Amino acid sequence: MSAVFEVERLSKAFGGLAVTQAVSLAMAPGDRVALIGPNGAGKTTFVNLVTGHLKPDSGVVRLAGEQLNGMNPMQRVQRGLVRSFQVTRLFPEMTPREHLALAVLQRQGRTGRLFGTFWSMPEVLEEIEVLLRTLGLEAAADRKVAEIAYGQQRLLEIALALALRPKVLLLDEPAAGVPQSETPRIESALAGLPADLAVLMIEHDMDLVFRFAKRVIVLAAGTIIFDGAPGDVTKDARVREAYLGSYADDRSAA
Amino acid sequence: MDANHPANVAAQIARPRFSASADWIGLAAIFASAVVGYLLFPNNLALLTRVIGIVMLVLSVDLVTGFCGVATLGHAALFGAGAYAAGIAAAHFGITDPIAMIAAGAAGGAVAGLISGLVVLRGHGLGQLVLSIAIVNLFHEAANKVASWTGGSDGLTDIAPSPLFGVFAFDLWGRTAYVLGIALLVIVFFLLQRLSRSPFGMLCRGIRQDPIRVAAMGASVRKTLLKMYIISGMVAGVGGGLNAISTQVVGLDSLSFTLSAQALVMLVLGGTGSLYGAIIGTVVFMLFEDFVSAANPFHWLTIMGALLVGVVLFAPRGIFGTAAQLFDRRRRR
Repeated sequence: MSAVFEVERLSKAFGGLAVTQAVSLAMAPGDRVALIGPNGAGKTTFVNLVTGHLKPDSGVVRLAGEQLNGMNPMQRVQRGLVRSFQVTRLFPEMTPREHLALAVLQRQGRTGRLFGTFWSMPEVLEEIEVLLRTLGLEAAADRKVAEIAYGQQRLLEIALALALRPKVLLLDEPAAGVPQSETPRIESALAGLPADLAVLMIEHDMDLVFRFAKRVIVLAAGTIIFDGAPGDVTKDARVREAYLGSYADDRSAA
Repeated sequence: MDANHPANVAAQIARPRFSASADWIGLAAIFASAVVGYLLFPNNLALLTRVIGIVMLVLSVDLVTGFCGVATLGHAALFGAGAYAAGIAAAHFGITDPIAMIAAGAAGGAVAGLISGLVVLRGHGLGQLVLSIAIVNLFHEAANKVASWTGGSDGLTDIAPSPLFGVFAFDLWGRTAYVLGIALLVIVFFLLQRLSRSPFGMLCRGIRQDPIRVAAMGASVRKTLLKMYIISGMVAGVGGGLNAISTQVVGLDSLSFTLSAQALVMLVLGGTGSLYGAIIGTVVFMLFEDFVSAANPFHWLTIMGALLVGVVLFAPRGIFGTAAQLFDRRRRR
């Protein structure tokens, strides 16, 4: 299948320090890719370069064949490149239903409307209802976000991303900060993501990575040192070296 | 019947209780207060009309500060621009029809809102506050310089509005101006109630709570705020226009930093983020000011200061915000 998301020789240096060096990757619709790497490997910089929050020194990012260079973050979102945040970024005084209403209305280009409410838009309510049901958020739908459990907030982050109907979804540590007891719900939400959506997940939790990803990319010191099947990643010598042997050895020993 | 048809799904979802009835109660309360004001202070209608004009200014501050989280100490620029636009329309162009003057005020306020927004929204936090002060001072100086149009420090006079709808002349007791003011306030309040619940209103509240999330949804924070600034300018401009009609003079004080700061104080007093808070804060501040300054002309500012300190320390959500919170707690019990 042809690539929906392509990154070609993306590079960025801060001062003399090259934090992203000629990173290239391509993803097809339905791909489930995990991006891992030790702290300081340049994962966050990579995401910021792709989403348009940082300007690359060189390199190209394409979404569905369209070059994104020069577009601001908003334009990229509108074209279908959507991200979630490592620490939830939600509106504490709004309910999940209101969040999803905003996302749906924004996708439809209707957030500029000065009159009417989403309560009187049956098709919007229906779409919100489906999203709430998909992520199991019905019970929390009309409570303020500040009052709902953190695990539910993380699910809402995913629901918000889906409400924008992305082509490519960048998930930044979707399970970060969630208590152990609630991670299964996050995992089942991830398993239930639309089949034709390309997902790039940045994650530290290796168990989650191995269960979710069909392909793993390892970033170290700004370059890709591994790109392949999850089963092979722990066997790779360069990956072991990047992690100073610690984690890779644990896994292969287990 | 198909239970999954969008219209049926919509019917199954319980709507929150904000409902239209609360809106009508609010409008009825404004109307009732207006009648009470008219009956209690028949000789003070000019003051009450001025209060209405300032209520519009404070509502306008609330739109950008309370709803969007943009701090401003220069919002009188929008109010004064409306007052001068209405006044200049009457004094220099012979547009003396009061409705047309109000329209000129709204337009003047909108333009001032656009200009202020373009400058103020460049900054963040403290920088934003400083830019807003700079704006109102620049407007003030500009109005002072073009004295041939604005009357400079003498103020703009020769404003003689013709009878409202050609029938109701603006009398010495200010009855017509008061009724016009109440009518405008009810209309503006009705529209702002709608606005605050609209998709645009929701987006603005979202920006106050987390602008980065709003941008991640693909919405432009800057464009949204600029639009709100223009709307806010129209509201303040209507208030300025009303003031020009009611007093038949426009002075430089309507473009002052002092008025801007007072408007913010009134909003904090009443409670930010709520339309009712803006009204209550203004009415309490201005009536209290009038009453206290008459009772004790020397120390009234001290008493005002004490009132403000008390509110900020013991009711940080303002009068309306605190009352609403108490009411909410009791209901939940």
